[in-house]
This record gives sequence, structure tokens and C-alpha cells, in this order.
Amino acid sequence: MVIETIPEIGHFALIIALLMAVLQAVLPLAGAATRRPLWMAYARPMAAGQMAFVLVAYGCLTASFLLDDFSVITVADNSNSMLPWYYKFSAVWGNHEGSVLLWSLILGGWTFAVGCFSRALPPDMVARVLGIMGLVSTGFLAFVLFTSNPFARMLPNVPPDGADLNPLLQDVGLIIHPPMLYMGYVGFSVVFAFAIAALLGGRLDAAWTRWARPWTNIAWAFLTVGIALGSWWAYYELGWGGWWFWDPVENASLLPWLAGTALIHSLAVTEKRGTFKSWTVLLAIVTFSLSLMGTFLVRSGVLTSVHAFANDPSRGLFILVLLGITVGLSLLLFALRAPRVSQPGAFTWLSRDALLLVNNILLVVMTVTVLLGTVYPLLLDALNLGKISVGPPYFNALFVPLTVILCVFMGLGPSARWKHMKGSELARRLGLSGVAALLIGAVIPLLYHGEWSPKVSIGLVCALWLVLSLIRDLWQKTSRSSTSSNTRSLDTGRLNAIKRLTPAYWGMVLGHLGLAVTIVGVTMVSNYAVERNVRMGVGDSLELAGMTFTMTALDERRGPNYLSDAATIEVRRGDNTSRFVMTPEKRLYIARGMPMTQVALKPGLFHDLYIAMGEELDGDTWAMRFQIKPFVRWLWLGALMMAIGGLVAVADRRYRRRLAVKEPPLPSPSVESSAREVRA
Amino acid sequence: MKRRLLLLLPLVAFLVLAVFLYRGLSINPSERESALMAREFPAFSLSTLQDPQRKVDASLLEGQVTLVNVWGSWCPTCRQEMPQLLDLAERGVRLVGVDYKEQGADDVAQRARGTAFLQQFGNPFEVNIFDPDGSLGFDLGVYGAPETFLVDAEGVIRYHHTGYITAEDVDQIILPEVEKWQ
Repeated sequence: MVIETIPEIGHFALIIALLMAVLQAVLPLAGAATRRPLWMAYARPMAAGQMAFVLVAYGCLTASFLLDDFSVITVADNSNSMLPWYYKFSAVWGNHEGSVLLWSLILGGWTFAVGCFSRALPPDMVARVLGIMGLVSTGFLAFVLFTSNPFARMLPNVPPDGADLNPLLQDVGLIIHPPMLYMGYVGFSVVFAFAIAALLGGRLDAAWTRWARPWTNIAWAFLTVGIALGSWWAYYELGWGGWWFWDPVENASLLPWLAGTALIHSLAVTEKRGTFKSWTVLLAIVTFSLSLMGTFLVRSGVLTSVHAFANDPSRGLFILVLLGITVGLSLLLFALRAPRVSQPGAFTWLSRDALLLVNNILLVVMTVTVLLGTVYPLLLDALNLGKISVGPPYFNALFVPLTVILCVFMGLGPSARWKHMKGSELARRLGLSGVAALLIGAVIPLLYHGEWSPKVSIGLVCALWLVLSLIRDLWQKTSRSSTSSNTRSLDTGRLNAIKRLTPAYWGMVLGHLGLAVTIVGVTMVSNYAVERNVRMGVGDSLELAGMTFTMTALDERRGPNYLSDAATIEVRRGDNTSRFVMTPEKRLYIARGMPMTQVALKPGLFHDLYIAMGEELDGDTWAMRFQIKPFVRWLWLGALMMAIGGLVAVADRRYRRRLAVKEPPLPSPSVESSAREVRA
Repeated sequence: MKRRLLLLLPLVAFLVLAVFLYRGLSINPSERESALMAREFPAFSLSTLQDPQRKVDASLLEGQVTLVNVWGSWCPTCRQEMPQLLDLAERGVRLVGVDYKEQGADDVAQRARGTAFLQQFGNPFEVNIFDPDGSLGFDLGVYGAPETFLVDAEGVIRYHHTGYITAEDVDQIILPEVEKWQ
């Protein structure tokens, strides 16, 4: 009896949440415009209430999944009584309805967090930021309720059992991948809300960028982890050993990441130098718009209508309208309100400002490249020109050289000074790092593989250049000359100087090193991976890269909701120093009758061994696929370092300093009143 | 004033994109008429995936109604389509694959990828035409994989399916079309 009412409670909670989101949007925004403190004060409680009710709805849906309430269509389509409980839990977001609900829940969570950590901000700013996030919530909750209701019932004919979760999604990586990704996507709504609030309030000084920076970094870090998890999942779950496919869905997550990376750097310039103001606002809008568009592309079936499952067209239209309103109005506001005055604080073409500008331009070009490649089939289709298919060759041909150029400038950036720097000085600082990177990068392929390869060398030179220039910069920043008043011995001076470096600086170092590590991974695994497909029965063996793989057994096993054929492969190194067993499987998931490859992986820092079972060739031999993937872990390790770097930078003290805002007195009355309130 | 107009650029760019996205919503690619409808299957001479020595040409498609499916190991959607193709093959439909634009350093690597794909996801095809340069795909007007063509016993294209064949499509479109041209 209780079980049957849970979905109705969830549905009801969702309706209340939508109403609260409307209030959270309308009252504070109107209050900020007409300067009514009471109306503005609605922002925080409504944000909290909205999140609480979405949480209740989400909890109800989770309960329906865990309790096998197959009268709920979403549960019947995506779960099964035999499914282990943790997959029932993650199946909530393994489908359209649930994942949009998760999106709304995470948005509610971010809004609530902004409400909590914004005590030091002017009330009208808080009201506007929360109001704008409320508008986004309203849109998404309406989308959930009107087109993708997760609580829709199948009554009175309740199916006896569910259709089961897609076996591809029955995996630990998939339990955490979407929430991480959504944390990133949705997290960019905070910087978006700050930018729009700054435009609305007419206060486009550097203050909003300081408030928005920590939020942006956190969102970016989550997105980085989310993308890395997706790539890792594809690597071991699809049974291919591929880690990036330039699939529209993957691109949809890469787009906001690229724009977000540009935004992080642009925010830094605006905060520190007061320049790039309009550009930063635009990037904040674009980053969140791309997050929304990613959601649109994935959820509407526009691109995937050619390449994947068919979908309900009303959903696509709803998201498109949502996207059009959000992005269109934001960009219109931008065009009307972006700072008119030309930028103060000029800089020359050799300065950190200029290098960051180049970085931004390159990242934007990369974003546009990926965007074009992703929507290209659509453009051609609409123009009736369709004869070209866009695949990995297009993306690789453009993306790889752009990354190389980006790396060149990334190496220069941290060592360059703001405003102006003499070319000779920069060359003196970084010359050695550059030469060393070139030499070592050129030699490593010879040592590693015995054969020179230009591709490998270019990749490694890029990575080495990033690392060595950072080391040189660290050396420079901790040398005695930069802490001139220090008269103690060189070593204590350096140690003290290291302690004095800010978390923001360490965050940058980690982020850049992370990219270097990822580049090493990409370079090595793309060029030195070894792959062999063989027919194998019990007793057969294969020699590969100094190792012997012998199949010692082949047996049938039974899992909770699948049957499997498992091969036991004994691996010996040539010198007999180590010996271990790997067991790839071929599973048949019973409810959907879907075969799945369960890869056997032996991970290692310098190479992975990767064995997948193909198909049964005759009674007792199988097609087997053996791969050796050098440095593949570095891909994700680097991404993890980047994410940690983003988080470390948030710990910087200056974000926690209250009222550190220098308010230049502006003529606008609303600004003056709010400034007074801050001081009060 | 000039600067103000410049600031409108992002909005204009977005509106253009939005128009295309809207068009994208209303286009149902499965219904798009192929320019090759009711024409002869384009001439080609290519080797098969499994045997580089064995050349096949358009005569391969004569004598029996055949579904020609364009796929590639690089195409994630093709993986999802395989169960439906296996189902069709099981129900007696003759399938010929075109392994389209396979990636890889050389011929051997490209063939290995294609072969591995079939080992992994099953092989519903009687023959696989190996088309690494996409020349046959170009003649067919393929703009992405998967795409499927129904060719009748005379080697004339009778139906063109763009994109993924769903389980519903098998019963509602593909099998009736096959029967119609039998």
C-alpha cells in the first residue's frame, strides 16, 4: 500500500518544487529591480525549499526502483527484480526521465550551496544570482513534469517484471560518471548566473569574477572527472580498448569543458587586471549555453536521430525552446549591456595578458572546431548537401595541431609578466627548458621503441615543454632575487618562498602538469599500442611483447542476472619472473538477451594488458583479442591532476576574505545602496 | 555604435545555429528519399573484408533481395544496430555489409579492426565489402554510418534507411519492404 503511493508523493513534490522555483525566480529578480528587500529575501528560503522538494521527488523515484515498483513506467523499462540493489540505485539516472530529474536535483544543490556561501555578497547580487538560477530550475522542472515525467504509471496492467537496465550501464564507472558530468554541466550555471546578474545590475567591475571563480573551478573540476570517467568506462566496458570516439555525446561534454577552460583563464585576467571584461561575460554565457546545448543534443535526439535511438520530438522542441530563451535572452542582454568603454590597462603583445588572450582564442577555436564537427551532419542535411561524414579523422586533423600550438603558449604563460615583458628576458628564462624539451622529446622514442617517430616526438616535446617550463618558473619564483628582502641562507629562503606560493599558483601548476601527463598518455597509447586477434582453445598460447598468454580453462558461470563463458588465461613474463591469471568473459544478460564482453584488464602505470573474448568459433575455440596499451592510465591520471588542480586553487585565501571587494563609486543608485548595505 | 553591433554577433551566430537545430528536429532522416531510389546499385570493384584477394562487384547483389548495410568499427551506433541485423539474418534476409572508412595505419590494421568488430558483435553478413576510402559510400551518397539499402533481385535500390534500424523498424519497415520486393 505504501509502495504504491510513493510515486504519487514524488510527483506531488515535483509540482511543489516547480512552484517554488517560479517564486525563487520571479520575486528576487523583481525585488532587485525595484529595490524591495522583502522580495529579495525570498531567494534563499525558496532555493532551499525547491532543493528539498526535488530531493524528496528524487528519493521517491529511487525508492520505486529499489522496491521494484514496476507500475512506474521508468522502473519497468529500466530495472528488473534480479538487478543487484546498487544498479537499481544507479538505474535511476540510467534513463532519460531520471537523468533529467538528477540534473534538476544537482541544479537545486548548487543553488542551495550558492545561497549558503554568499553571506558576504551584496543582497541584490545574491537575489539576482539565485533568481536566475531559479529561472533555469523552472525551465528544467517544467521540462521534467511536462515532457519527461518519471512518475508516469502503467495502470492497471502492471508488468510482472522489468525489462532490465541496459547491460552496458551495469557498471561501477557508470554509477558515478553521469552525476560527475552533471555536477560540471550544471555547476557552470553559477558563473552564468553571476555574469547575468552583473549585466542586469550594471556592475561589470572585477568583483563578480572574484565571487564566481571558485564556483567555476569546482564545476570545471567535476566536469573534468566526469569526462575522464566516461572515457575510462568506454575503455574497459565496450571491449574495444578505445578511449575516445568523437561521438556526439562525448563531444557534448567536451564542448563546455573547452569553453570552461577558456573561462577559467579569462576570469583570472578580469579579476587581476580588470581587462577582458566583456569577453569574460561572453565566455560565461557561452560555457553554460554549451552545457545546455549538450543536454539538448543528447536528449532531443537531433543528432542522434541519425545515429542512435529515436526519441519523442516534443522533448526536443521543449529543450530547444528552453535553450533559445536562455541563450537568446542572455546574448541579447550581453549585446545591450556589455561594457561600452574600451579596456583600461593596455598591454603589449609579449605579456601574460597577451598570452592568455592567445590561449583563449585557441580554446575558442577548438570549441568551434568540435562544435562544427558535431553539428555538421545537421547543417549538411538542412542544406541538402549531404555527402560527407564527419569522423575521427576530421577531429584529429584539427584538434591535435591546435593542442600543440596551445602547449607552446601554455609553456610561456606562467613565466611571463603582466602588461609587458621583454622578449630577451622571456627567452633567457625559458630557453633552456625549450631546448631540453626538444632534445629529450626527440630522443625518447629511440630509447623506448628503437625507432624515431615524429608524432611521438611532437607529443612528448609538448609535454616536456610544459613540465620543464613550470619547473623553471617554480625555480624563478622561489629564487632569492624574487624575495629580495630575505637575507638568510639560500635553502631556507627557497623553502620559505615555496611556502609563500599561493594555492592558486599550485592549482595552476597541477592543472598544467595534468595536461602534460594526459598528453604523454595520448601520445604513447596512440602510437605504441599492440593488438593481436587470435583463435584460441584450451591449451593454446600466444607470445606477445615478451609475454606468454596460455588459455588454461574455459567454463560456464552464472551471475545474478547473466550467464557467462569465462576463459582463464595464464600470463607469464618471458623471464618467468611473474605469473598471473586473467579471466575475460562473454556474458549473456538474461532479461534482454543481450551479449556483453567483460574485458580482463591488468592495469599498470606503464602498460595495461587487455584481453577481450570475441565470439565462439566452434565448440571449444574462441576468437580472442589481446592488446597492450602503453601509458593508457596516464590519460586519466592527468585528468585527475587537472581536476585536483582546479580544486586546490579554490582553497586560495583571497576567495575567503570577506568584503575584499573594492567598489569603485558608480553613479547608479542601486549600486550605492547595495554598497552601503555591504558595509553595514 | 559599431561596437554595439559587434556585440550582437554572438546572438546572431546562436540564432543561425538555433534555426539549424530546429530544422534538425523536424527532419526525420529515415524518410529522406535517396537520390538513388529505383536506380541500379552503383558499380564498384572492391575486395572483401575477410579476403584481400577476393574482388567483388555489383553482380554480387543480383539474384536475390539483399540488404546492404554500411557500417564501420568506428561507429558507436553500428554496435547498437547489430542485434537487429543478426535478427534479420536469422529470419532469412540476405545481408551484405560495407565496412566503410575503417581507420588504421595500414590495410592490415584496418581489416583487423573491421574483423574484430564482427567478432565482438556478431556477423550477420554473407559478405563484407571492404571500403576503407569510402568510394562506394560516396557513390551511394552515404553521409554517416549506419545506413542501409534494400536492393532487389535485379540489383536496383528499392529502399534507403538512414541511421539506426530499431527493433520496431525490423518488423514495421524492413521485413515488409523485403517481402514487397521479393
